[in-house]
Amino acid sequence: MSTPLLEVRGLRVDYAGSGFLRTRRHTVHALRGVDVELGEGRSLGIVGESGCGKSTLARAVLGLVTPTAGEVSWRGWTIDTSDRARMLQMRREVQVVFQDPFGSLDPRMTAGASVAEALDALEGVTDAATVRSRVAGAFRSVGLDDGFASRYPHELSGGQCQRVAIARATVVRPRLLICDEAVSALDVSVQAQIVNLLADLSRRQGIGLLFISHNLAVVRHLCDEVAVLYLGRLVERAPREALFATPRHPYTRALLAAVPAPDPRVASRLGTVALAEEGAGLSPAAGACAFAPRCPHATETCRRQRPEIEPAGDGTVVACHRWRELATV
Amino acid sequence: MRSTPGSADVADEALLALDDLRVTFDTEQGPVQAVRGVTLDVRAGECLAVVGESGSGKSQLFLACLGLLSANGQTLGSARLQGVELVGATERSLAALRGARVGLVSQDPMNALTPHMKIGEQLMEFVLDRGHMKTPEARARALELMRSVGIAEPEARFEQYPHELSGGQRQRVAIAMAFMPGPALLVADEPTTALDVTVQAQVLDVLRQLRGQGLTTVLITHDLGVVAGLADRVAVMYAGVVVEVASVVELFESPRHPYTAALLESIPRLDAKPGARLASIEGQPPRPQERLQGCPFAPRCPGARERCRASEPRLEWGAGRASACHAPLPGGWAA
Repeated sequence: MSTPLLEVRGLRVDYAGSGFLRTRRHTVHALRGVDVELGEGRSLGIVGESGCGKSTLARAVLGLVTPTAGEVSWRGWTIDTSDRARMLQMRREVQVVFQDPFGSLDPRMTAGASVAEALDALEGVTDAATVRSRVAGAFRSVGLDDGFASRYPHELSGGQCQRVAIARATVVRPRLLICDEAVSALDVSVQAQIVNLLADLSRRQGIGLLFISHNLAVVRHLCDEVAVLYLGRLVERAPREALFATPRHPYTRALLAAVPAPDPRVASRLGTVALAEEGAGLSPAAGACAFAPRCPHATETCRRQRPEIEPAGDGTVVACHRWRELATV
Repeated sequence: MRSTPGSADVADEALLALDDLRVTFDTEQGPVQAVRGVTLDVRAGECLAVVGESGSGKSQLFLACLGLLSANGQTLGSARLQGVELVGATERSLAALRGARVGLVSQDPMNALTPHMKIGEQLMEFVLDRGHMKTPEARARALELMRSVGIAEPEARFEQYPHELSGGQRQRVAIAMAFMPGPALLVADEPTTALDVTVQAQVLDVLRQLRGQGLTTVLITHDLGVVAGLADRVAVMYAGVVVEVASVVELFESPRHPYTAALLESIPRLDAKPGARLASIEGQPPRPQERLQGCPFAPRCPGARERCRASEPRLEWGAGRASACHAPLPGGWAA
C-alpha cells in the first residue's frame, strides 16, 4: 500500500495555562491519543462537540501546535517545525478554510489580491501574466466570475467570501484541504452550494479533505470516512456507510439521534435523548471511559476502566466495552 | 387595514397581530428596509416558527415589536399584543411589557445573564424589582421553573454564577428566567444555534414540553430541522417579507412557494443517499440595500416568468395557508 497522505499516531496535545485570574494552574488535555489516517484524494470527517479536540487536531496537522506525544506524518515525513524548507513545502500542500468567511480575508485587500498573495507567498509566483491566469482559474473553479477579483470582502456575501477563501486555498494546488467548520456559519441554501463545491474540487483535482464539523448530516454528504472524537479521544472511526448504518459507539448514536429530523411526522415522535447533561460534575474518573458519566449504557466496568480502541468489523474501530452487546439492541 | 382574509375567522384568537409591519434603518448608504410589510397573527397557544436566512428580517420583525431596534431603526404599521398597540408606544410602556408579558430568549445565553450575579438572584430580580412577588414566593417559583426546564439540583445551581454552568445549562436558566413573570408570549430567537447538537436536542425537548403546557411561542430560526420538531405553523420570510405561511406538516409535505421548496431540498439529511449531491439554490438572497423589482426570489427561482420580474406577488390566503407567488407549486416539489 502506498504511503498515506496524512498519518496521525497517538497524538496528544496539552495546553498548559493558568486559571481564571491566575488563581490556579491547570493543564488542558485537548487531545489524549488520537489515530487517524487519510489517503490521497480521500475525505475524512472529524466529528464531535465543543471541547472534543477537533480543531486542535487541525492545528497539529498544520504544525501550529507541537504535540505533547505522538506524531503527525505528512506523506511519510514526520512534521518537524525546525525543518523550514520542508515546512514551507507542506504549508503549500496543506491548505485550510475556516468557519468565519469574513475573518479569513484581509478587509483591505481585493479578493483577487488575496488569492494572488497566496501564490506569491507559497510558490513565489509573481509574474503578472501567470498570476492573472492562475487567479482567474481559481475563481472559475469556485464558481465566481472574473468581476469578483476586484471586489473587497465587505462587498461580498458570506457564501461569496467563503468561495474566495476556497479559491485562495486551492490556487496553490494543495493535496489536502482542511475545512474547520467551513460551512457552519453559512445559510442553508448557501451551505449546500459550498458542500457541493468542496465535493467537486476534491473529486476533480484529487484534493484530500479533512472536514471538521459538528454536523453529521453534512459529513454524510461529503466524507468517505468519519472519526468521532469525545473529550480528546477517538471513540469511533468508520467508513461512511458503516458509521451511518450501524453506529457502534453510544456517543455516535447519541450524535445521530440529536440531528433534528427535517420531517414533522418523524420529529414529533422523538422522545428525550437519553443522555445526561454535559458540563460540571460530570468529569469522568481517572482511568474510566470518558463518556461513562453521560452514557445511558454505562456499567461499573465503564466507570473503572477505559476501553481500548479495537476493530469492530466493516473497517471500523471503536472504544467501548459494550459495543458487541449494544449492536443487537 | 388588515389584508388577510384568511385570518378573519381566527382574529379573536390572535395573541399578537402584526399588520403591515415595516422596519427601516437609516444608514450611511440611505434608508434600508429590513422588513417590508408583514401581516401575521400569532395565535394563543401555538408555536409559530418564523424561518428565514440571514437578512430576511425575521429577527428585526420581533425586535421591532418589542421596541428593541437599534437607534437608527424605525417601525411603521401595527403590532397589537392582546389588543394593545405596540408600534409608537412609549419606551416606558414597552419596558413594562418586556419581561412581564413577553419573554425573550436569545441565541447567546451569556448575553441574558449577568456574570457577577448568582443564578438565583438573576432569576428573581425582575419579579422582586417590580414587586410582583416577595422573596419566598419568587424563590419557590424559580426553583420550580429550574426543575421544569431540566436543571438537576436546582438548589445548588441557585447559588452558582453563570460561568460555573455549561452552555446548555445557561440556556435552560435563560428560558426559566423568561418564564419567571408568567409571560403570555415567549419569543425565542435562534435559541439553540450556539449549542452543541446533543445539548440542542435537550433544549428543544424543554421547549417541546413547555409547548405541551399551552405556551404561545414564536420560534425564530434558520434551521428547518428545529422547526419540524417544534412548530405548529411556519412563516417563511425572504427579503423582508413573508412568502409562505402553512401548518408545519403542510409546509414540509407540500410547499407552495418555490423558495420554501428549495430550502427544504437543500437541508443535509441523515436519510439521504450517502455522498449524494445536495440540492442548492443558485445565487444569494438580495442584500437589504438592494433595490428590488418584482418578486425578490425571481432571480434565483427556476420557475420565474416575465410577470415575476415585473411585479411583486402579494401574500394570498386560502384554506388556512398563504403564499406570495405568481406561480405557486401545486402540490409540492415532487408533484
